[in-house]
Amino acid sequence: MITLKKSDYEKILAYAVSELPNEACGLIAGKKYENNKTIEKVYLLTNIDHSNEHFSLDPKEQLAAVKDMRANGLVPLGNWHSHPESPSRPSEEDKRLAYDSSASYMILSLMDRKNPVLHSFAISGTDSEKEELVIV
Amino acid sequence: MLITVAGVKKEVKDGLTVSQLIVDEKVETPMYVTVSVNDEFIASDSFESTVLKDGDSVEFLYFMGGGQ
Repeated sequence: MITLKKSDYEKILAYAVSELPNEACGLIAGKKYENNKTIEKVYLLTNIDHSNEHFSLDPKEQLAAVKDMRANGLVPLGNWHSHPESPSRPSEEDKRLAYDSSASYMILSLMDRKNPVLHSFAISGTDSEKEELVIV
Repeated sequence: MLITVAGVKKEVKDGLTVSQLIVDEKVETPMYVTVSVNDEFIASDSFESTVLKDGDSVEFLYFMGGGQ
């Protein structure tokens, strides 16, 4: 199970909407205990692809985020990105570029702008499995 | 000499290169890793020739990307 604060969900959503028509992206960090992850901080990073079909995290911002996590006693839990025009599920490219099978990959679909959908996935090779996501 | 790798201080041999450190640290999928030394990003074709110095701080960052 992975837990996300409602305020952090709203932060991700607002940023993703502000970045339309392009994909938005970022990192998630927090605490991990056995199979439970608690997100304590979300990071809103620049998509250096500036594309509505691809994203790549800005490495400089990624480095700053990793240092911030360490300074705050948080562990990296994964990343998030938006799909402006497709459902909340990992694309073939998302799977191909998911190198860490222990990470959570959160995808926010803005396909229906009035009804955004956020899911979290564990990805291993070509397999993906939806994680139980709780927004509190 | 003493260097810091991902926030952890480590004693390593003098003359260690970034390439050797990647091997020593058992970095997974090194082709998708970006390396910074003292906050400066190192081009992947310079990993072999970049010799670390005492006090250097090294970070490994995994490329993160995808597409819809």
